[in-house]
Amino acid sequence: MRMEYIGLQEIRGPLVVLDGVTGVGYEEMCELRLPGGERRFGRVIMLDGGRAVIQLFEGTRALSLENVRTSFTGRPMELALSREMLGRVFSGAGRPADGLGEFYPEERRGINAGAINPVSRKYPRSCIYTGISAVDGMSTLIRGQKLPIFSGAGLKHSELAAQIVRQAHVPDDDGEFAIIFCAMGVKNDTADFFRKSFEDSGALQRVVMFMNLASDPIIERILAPRCALTAAEYLAFSCGFHVLVIMTDMSSYCEALREFSSSKGEIPSRKGYPSYLYSDLAALYERAGILHGGAGSVTQVPILTMPNDDITHPIPDLTGYITEGQIVLERGLDQAGVYPPVAVLPSLSRLMKDGIGKGFTREDHPALSNQLFSSYARVQEARNLASVIGEDELSDLDKKYMEFGRLFEDYFVRQGSEENRSIDQTLELGWQALSVLPKEELDRVDEVLLRKYYQEDGAIALRGNV
Amino acid sequence: MSYTVHGVNGPVVKLRGGSGLMMMETVFVGKTRLIGEVVGISDSDAVVQVYEDTEGLRPGDAAQAAGGPLSVQLGPGLLHNIFDGIARPLKAIEGVTGAFIGRGVNLSALDGEKKWDVTVSVSAGEEISAGSCFASCPETGIIRHRCISPLDGTVVTAAPSGKYTVNDVILTLRDARGNTHELTLSQRWPIRKPRPVASRLPIRKPLITGQRVIDTLFPVAKGGCAAIPGPFGAGKTITQHQLAKWSDADIIVYLGCGERGNEMTQVLEEFGELLDPKSGKPLLDRTVLIANTSNMPVAAREASVYTGMTIAEYYRDMGYHVAVMADSTSRWAEALREISGRLEEMPAEEGFPAYLPSRLAEFYERAGYMVTLGGLEGSVTVIGAVSPQGGDFSEPVTQNTKRFVRAFWALDRQLAYARHFPAINWITSYSEYIEDLAPWYEETLGREFAGLRGRLARLLGEESKLMEIVKLIGADILPEEQKLTIECARAARLGFLQQNAYHETDTYVPIEKQKLMMGVILHLYDEAKRLAEHGIPINRLKETGIFERLIRIKYDIPNDQLILFDDVRLEIDAAVGQVLEANR
Repeated sequence: MRMEYIGLQEIRGPLVVLDGVTGVGYEEMCELRLPGGERRFGRVIMLDGGRAVIQLFEGTRALSLENVRTSFTGRPMELALSREMLGRVFSGAGRPADGLGEFYPEERRGINAGAINPVSRKYPRSCIYTGISAVDGMSTLIRGQKLPIFSGAGLKHSELAAQIVRQAHVPDDDGEFAIIFCAMGVKNDTADFFRKSFEDSGALQRVVMFMNLASDPIIERILAPRCALTAAEYLAFSCGFHVLVIMTDMSSYCEALREFSSSKGEIPSRKGYPSYLYSDLAALYERAGILHGGAGSVTQVPILTMPNDDITHPIPDLTGYITEGQIVLERGLDQAGVYPPVAVLPSLSRLMKDGIGKGFTREDHPALSNQLFSSYARVQEARNLASVIGEDELSDLDKKYMEFGRLFEDYFVRQGSEENRSIDQTLELGWQALSVLPKEELDRVDEVLLRKYYQEDGAIALRGNV
Repeated sequence: MSYTVHGVNGPVVKLRGGSGLMMMETVFVGKTRLIGEVVGISDSDAVVQVYEDTEGLRPGDAAQAAGGPLSVQLGPGLLHNIFDGIARPLKAIEGVTGAFIGRGVNLSALDGEKKWDVTVSVSAGEEISAGSCFASCPETGIIRHRCISPLDGTVVTAAPSGKYTVNDVILTLRDARGNTHELTLSQRWPIRKPRPVASRLPIRKPLITGQRVIDTLFPVAKGGCAAIPGPFGAGKTITQHQLAKWSDADIIVYLGCGERGNEMTQVLEEFGELLDPKSGKPLLDRTVLIANTSNMPVAAREASVYTGMTIAEYYRDMGYHVAVMADSTSRWAEALREISGRLEEMPAEEGFPAYLPSRLAEFYERAGYMVTLGGLEGSVTVIGAVSPQGGDFSEPVTQNTKRFVRAFWALDRQLAYARHFPAINWITSYSEYIEDLAPWYEETLGREFAGLRGRLARLLGEESKLMEIVKLIGADILPEEQKLTIECARAARLGFLQQNAYHETDTYVPIEKQKLMMGVILHLYDEAKRLAEHGIPINRLKETGIFERLIRIKYDIPNDQLILFDDVRLEIDAAVGQVLEANR
């Protein structure tokens, strides 16, 4: 027989306080019954003697100090798991939200997994081809990596993420592929866009969706990525799927965390975010990886919108310190009509160096991408100069760099949202763009590669292509 | 003594029941015996920070005191191994709880089963003093482990040399008060207490790293401290890896504090394969890894830096030169902030606790070049990565760290974007050790080294000023002499400062080659000035390809064929001569 506590001591935002409770554990789940039979769920977030502070997932609207009965379940929050989750839609708290009812769980797991033991990890080395030149060529995505997209409001991050999902594949691999889509505080339209894009590509049957829309309670928003990643770990490490987790929008998640923290009365840190924001984000992002002896993998592509396009804002800043690189989108390119608007210079994939080159992609890939980075960085200098003295006054060499910059952006970075480029095509485009520069400027590639791949008339071929 | 849990808030747990607990004492909390440490005591409660996830912990659960502060087991078997922040062996934990780290696993750091081939070097009746070596054994292919007596006394019995585990009694010792103590191969030491030494010696030897920008321009001394601050993606971790791989320390303690799991895996895999250039044995044979990744409990992250430092001091006491790579100290400072917030302490700057500077000072001051109690010389060098918020060096952790380190390698986002690695900015970085180390450099590399370094630094400084002008008006209208400065500085940047960590020859460069490389670049600068004096455009010289040749010598000249530099000098003379001739 479960004990029921009648009434509450205090209600504060999404939190309620209950006195005189016994035998309740930290992070234990509880159920609140309102008059009228409505049930709400909550979790214990602080214990002080007989006083328990509970966060309610669905908010405290219509609660009074007298009209509620609370009972504790004796267990922390768990998620029911099964292969049958594929193709289903769940709420942020992990309950079925597509009207198809409950499924028979194979297993139940706590949503806060322990950390993966670094000894048990396998270092990720196999690249995932996305068919997008700016990603494959310059910031290659590696299976088991966490590679966020840093975007801004109004930029085409959703389109890019959808294209990655459509086109992502691994060379010569027969592993099953699954996608977990976790929406946190996104608008209905965005959620619909993704659902439709999964439908159109016929991927819906291998997608699990966790939906917390902008109007849904913030506590569920905090639970949503934890549920999604628990499902991902189950599918990857217990069922052997290669799981790609798309989480959008991490900024909404962090804002929910801030709201929650302030309602708890915690001491705020930078910009009002709680001091544990780093540890909290790490607890999510670090759940990507590959295990020794396991077949599956968890790869994460979190999307975040940088408030005011500011990369030093705490959310992108802390994310960048945890994740293994980032793909940064740029407003200038977007305005110039370049899709995908990937800002090549600040984008980076830390795991790339071990997953490309001979035996992985192509022997010239590391040197070529290095050269493109370095030459494109020089383009920025030339452009800065040109904006002061005008392009006509530039030295011949700087003019060539300006030309290279245009070719690189127009033919290498820019591509259609349905265009799926092979890695050979991508590298070819890179060499062609480089051909406008004199050979001796290419200081990152050695003689052998230069002889083999440099194309004298590359630029002409490039312009002729289109 | 037993206590009960009263309250739980994240990793902070309140205990009730008696006031017998000491500050910093270890306690085991709850049914699963989670490990924690006392951080505050009042008349009714003791506040404990728990090193593990507190999910499921209930008021009324029992807690036991361990009777002493958090300590780490020291002895053979630390090298070639990986531990979490409170020195629990991760490989053994994997054996107990699988791929995901479970809770309440209380394992000692060292394998109690393994037998070591021990040579006992004292015999019954002998007097030994604290810090002297009483037994030794080969710990790995490179390092001989010396067991250090923790106290003075007379040897009562000594086991014969032979095979022993870390728990077998090797020696019984009677101290001055007549108490007997049993010594084994291992001992425990509280992590927050610096191990004692006889005296501190002045700084006089550099830690040679094989990285040109560090060894030549901004050296760090053995026993010194350096900080590597930089925004994400600027290459802090790669620089730390390079130093861990190639620096001439005997022992490396690699401390992954709140960083990425995959990175620690990479270190583990890579260091197991890569061979130490001196001994030809795997690098892991001289490395202790401590991995408290960002998603592991935050209180253990706070403790991890002390664990690493204690292990480093232990090997120093055996007479070794130890380098601690702490990646990243900012994560540690953030752990302090997080726990301080949970304890509801008054925050100072940016939410960090007011004691941040004193904690940083305590940590960095444990470095030094010492005479050990046993009369040997050993050192601990600390190289701390700093991850400033938003890449802004004015934040508290960077600013306070600057006060306690004397070498500062500032990583630069713009350089990293241009893939100039190591992205150590040569204008904002500094090393105060140059003066201290001057005698060593003079003795090893000759008088001229300091002169060359000074000239190279000036050349780069001038270029940076000229670039301000170039940004505004372009390079074309500069006088030939300044164009020459820019060209030579470019050769120095690309050919000398830039170093390719993934290139066989370039990843490690002996200091002699560094000097010669610097020498030829400045030789070209001197020679080419003659052209400028004759009013010959510097482009003529560029067309000979001599600048590109210099940029490539880092790849072209093998580290063991330094004689080839003589040819390069001749080539420079020839190129300049040829241009002079043609434009006469």
